Amino acid sequence: MNRLRMLGLAAAAALLLALPFITDATLGHGWVRILDFALLYVLLALGLNIVVGYAGLLDLGYVAFFAVGAYCYGLLASPHFDLHWPLWVLLPMGAMLAASFGVLLGTPTLGLRGDYLAIVTLGFGEIIRIFLNNLNTPVNITNGPQGVSLIDPLRIGPWSLGQVHHLAGFDIPIVVNIYFLFLLGVLFAILLSRRLEHSRIGRAWAAIREDEIAAASMGLHTRNLKLLAFAMGASFGGLSGGLFAGFQGFVSPESFTLQESVMILCMVVLGGMGNIAGVVLGAVLLSVLPEALRAAGSLQQDLLGHVWVDPSNLRMLLFGLALVLMMLLRPEGLLPARARQRELHG
Amino acid sequence: MTALLQVEGLGVHYGGIEAVARLDLEVRQGERVTLIGANGAGKSSTLKALAGLVAASAGSIRYDGTDMRALPAWQRVGRGLCLVPEGRGVFSRLTIEENLLMGAYHRGSVPQLSRELDHIYGLLPRLHERRHQAAGTLSGGEQQMLAIGRALMARPRLLMLDEPSMGLAPLMVEKVFEVIRNIVAEGVTLLLVEQNARLALEMCDRAYVMESGRIVLSDSAARCLDNPLVRAAYLG
Repeated sequence: MNRLRMLGLAAAAALLLALPFITDATLGHGWVRILDFALLYVLLALGLNIVVGYAGLLDLGYVAFFAVGAYCYGLLASPHFDLHWPLWVLLPMGAMLAASFGVLLGTPTLGLRGDYLAIVTLGFGEIIRIFLNNLNTPVNITNGPQGVSLIDPLRIGPWSLGQVHHLAGFDIPIVVNIYFLFLLGVLFAILLSRRLEHSRIGRAWAAIREDEIAAASMGLHTRNLKLLAFAMGASFGGLSGGLFAGFQGFVSPESFTLQESVMILCMVVLGGMGNIAGVVLGAVLLSVLPEALRAAGSLQQDLLGHVWVDPSNLRMLLFGLALVLMMLLRPEGLLPARARQRELHG
Repeated sequence: MTALLQVEGLGVHYGGIEAVARLDLEVRQGERVTLIGANGAGKSSTLKALAGLVAASAGSIRYDGTDMRALPAWQRVGRGLCLVPEGRGVFSRLTIEENLLMGAYHRGSVPQLSRELDHIYGLLPRLHERRHQAAGTLSGGEQQMLAIGRALMARPRLLMLDEPSMGLAPLMVEKVFEVIRNIVAEGVTLLLVEQNARLALEMCDRAYVMESGRIVLSDSAARCLDNPLVRAAYLG
């Protein structure tokens, strides 16, 4: 049994290591880039899962934390302020800054739940974006709608991830470098989520989600526990924001719209709230599938001789359809958490 | 003997509505005290104020020599002032064992926890059989027992039960009260709020009768059982 588990883990590790090279050889750089973004979304979805899945607090403004992390990196590692701080300072800093924004959002919303909390968090997400868009006057901080460009590429010590490396006769392209860094981030996040879920704190979050009054009468410090959930979730968002900024080399307010928050929430819900494997699956599916559907245009051309439905329309149509079907047929998500499965299919 | 719990002039308001007014009450170490009264008399509000789940608007709550009004709910539990809320409040999607562990939350991870779990399972054998099931799958009576067991995991010195018989079949009510009697026999002090006045009076030493947010009568439970006013209003 244990040996089987080890074997499975080894196979998964080998697959994850080989995946970018195989993808690069067969589908090209573009698809490795899509994998990179998929990993980034996994990181985001895992963070939101702490807030929504574990603590049961509906957050529709999650992208704000992503933005905070991204701008933290972008402003302190670019010619904009002529600052070039290193990665190992900026990533933790972005995560911490996002966590403190999480507390900032959490404090006034402690008494709210469900729809009301969702509305406030939605507003918070918009406020952050609008601030980023307008903080170029009177003092230029964020460079407004133009965004921050020429951001330093991710660099670990002397080893820049922004250039092609040669290793033992192989070329390792930029997107593959990035893949491994992001993979590291995701593995760290999974490990942390697992530890949290099965800890005393994880149980306390579950208790608050179930019945807050009973939780309080058990001696749970409900206020601090909720703030902790907001902060923990936000820190994942801040971390992925930093990675995003270093990868793209450019950030602007446009990347942090409500649409993104909704998308991340869809990943969590579709995959299976509260279950790590489910959330990872949801994030990968929802970030890769829409890209794959881009091929629908040329497919129509080949098969029908004419592009009948614009692929970009088709993508959103199929996406919407998939969500509706999911909620009808499998509301607990693709890979649900044990507890949620129990509730919906007692 | 000094009182374990000494409440003087307690008031609870919900906005402009006065739920509890100038309430005096005391519970001595090892005593079994019941608070009876009709629906909406303010019994649950009183317990919630004592546990810190709603803020008291007036008066003082002295427990074990310290003023409780200054302490938030989670610190009161740490001193052994524990409430089993009305309607049980079990975490229905957590397992029974996880529910019990939640009771010991404020104590951190202590090594003797599994021995205490065994003790609870000894008191409530039904829970042991089903310890890995979701709490929501238990019957109402079993959920009530789980809620009581969970409170015991907090090591209460004063256990406050809010209507443990609510919504239970008569046979189940008997069983729940049996469990409460066993717990009291172990030396836990009890403050019981109950609709079923006869059961409550039969098991307790002293009683307070509440009406519209005020205490209207306080006497030994035995004398309350004979009191014609109580008989007419609550014992039918």
